[in-house]
Amino acid sequence: MSCYINRLLRGLFVFLLWLASTPLHAALDIEIFGGGATRIPIAIVPFEAEARLQQSVTSVVAADLQRSGLFKLVDARGQALYEPGQINYTDWAVRGANALVIGQTLILPNGQVEIRFYLMDVAKKVQLTSLMTTVPMTQLRAAAHHIADVIYEALTGDVGVFRTRIAYVLKQQNKYALQIADADGFNAQSVIEYSEPIISPAWSPDGRALAYVSFENKKPIVYVQILATGERRVVANFNGSNSAPTWSPDGKRLAIVLTKDGNSQIFVINVDGSGLQRISRSSGIDTEPNFSADGQSIIFTSDRGGSPQIYRTAISGPNSGVVERLTFEGNYNVSPQLSSDGKQFTFIHRNGSRFNVAIQNIATGQMQLLTNSQFDESPSFAPNDKIILYATEIRGRGILSAVTSDGQTRQELSLQDGDIREPAWGPLRDR
Amino acid sequence: MKRVLSVLVICMLSACASQTTQPSADVEERTIGGSDGADSNALNGGDPRFHPLRDPNNILSERTVYFDYDSYTVKGEYRPLVLAHAKYLRDNQSMSILIQGHTDERGSREYNLALGQRRADNVKNIMLLSGASDAQVESVSLGEEKPQTTGHGESSWAQNRRANIVYRGE
Repeated sequence: MSCYINRLLRGLFVFLLWLASTPLHAALDIEIFGGGATRIPIAIVPFEAEARLQQSVTSVVAADLQRSGLFKLVDARGQALYEPGQINYTDWAVRGANALVIGQTLILPNGQVEIRFYLMDVAKKVQLTSLMTTVPMTQLRAAAHHIADVIYEALTGDVGVFRTRIAYVLKQQNKYALQIADADGFNAQSVIEYSEPIISPAWSPDGRALAYVSFENKKPIVYVQILATGERRVVANFNGSNSAPTWSPDGKRLAIVLTKDGNSQIFVINVDGSGLQRISRSSGIDTEPNFSADGQSIIFTSDRGGSPQIYRTAISGPNSGVVERLTFEGNYNVSPQLSSDGKQFTFIHRNGSRFNVAIQNIATGQMQLLTNSQFDESPSFAPNDKIILYATEIRGRGILSAVTSDGQTRQELSLQDGDIREPAWGPLRDR
Repeated sequence: MKRVLSVLVICMLSACASQTTQPSADVEERTIGGSDGADSNALNGGDPRFHPLRDPNNILSERTVYFDYDSYTVKGEYRPLVLAHAKYLRDNQSMSILIQGHTDERGSREYNLALGQRRADNVKNIMLLSGASDAQVESVSLGEEKPQTTGHGESSWAQNRRANIVYRGE
């Protein structure tokens, strides 16, 4: 009975959260700096009858494509063009568009919305792809992200990440909220809220759970929480501090950092808290572990050489336990995260008095700085490795920012108030 | 697999029985470092035995050790303070302390958590070498999460790179 009431209460809570996170409140400001020379010019004509919907579909599609840094929007306002047969390709070529998006929306008798869209190649005068989907009125943004993914994939050959989610920690006054939001910052929802710090959220590979560190019991403890149900459990609460969780690619284990034996050292533990195994053995600090995609090695931060640098160690196979130093430039390189193809890693490099996002190719050892701001933290690759999400600071306030992996396009995402930190880009959703 | 399932079921049940805004943690209820016997109210109620800790003229009233940037070396100027607390613990076996290590806000939060731990550990190690017992001293880190001041500049950062000594029950 009390269980039933609690379920009702939880339903009410979710509803309140939804109210609090309607687009007006959740809107992130997006600013784009720079941009590559080779952006694809694309015209997106507002879909037929779109004005009747609660949410414009094409404006979401356009914002997604623009944020990727790979597209340049060609003005298509005021056009009434909804069918491929009506297209005057020469006209669009003159306007400078290489690609053209048109479509229709229809509110069905049951209240759902049917959306059709067509992606056309202006020069070749052919249809590249199309999609028809039917969604509830509340899912129009999700449908728009889907369309943006289809366009992105057709025109770039890469996987689109517009349907993914991000996690981050929002601090407002003395309250800390672990939040998840769509990759464009909308639909933000709190996973938990506490008056004590939360750090280091990490997505499970299937996107269904988050591991994180909470100080709610006066010291850092590692938790795993299932997003759909809110249920959570302690994974690591050993003597001393418990932190820096990261998932193995199969989602069965976590690498964590414990101080139970003295210095911060890296361990691996099963998600249910069993099977603890020590990975690193140094007399210094070892922290911020991150698994390779094959689960065979871990890269991490260590000060064993006198300053924090990034290292890699094999955790199985004949070279198990062999440690190799990866960074040599400067005396502060931290927070490594491997790309999904394992060929490069992003990290924070201290550059004079600045802390910047950098990327390094593992094979060549070549490092490239991607930002020039003052205090960047927590870089996190998008699942397609093309964009890096990170936290930075503007006028003393933490905001999220993203930079393309080639450093060409940078954007700022900022909530209207509060201090945002510790972003983590979630995995691709099931397709 | 069965084990995982049963754990999940237990989690669901406990989550269902709890409040909504702060899902209940299956946290083992334990104080930091366990219940080590120091009466938690020892310092309340103005017991005269404990005045040395509060007397502003006594070095025991000083509780903070400050550190250089990216360093966990306890500087010479703070040794008398650390040694005084070690001696006090040695002479008062029922007392115990928590040493909280902190860093400034720059750089990685996780690395700072580890750095704060080393700061607290170094203070602890000096105390253990000077007569305090392991059961009396627990070192933890709060990293950059609990700054003493919230400014953004070297003078604020210097105040935030610290280890605080907290007597249990205080």
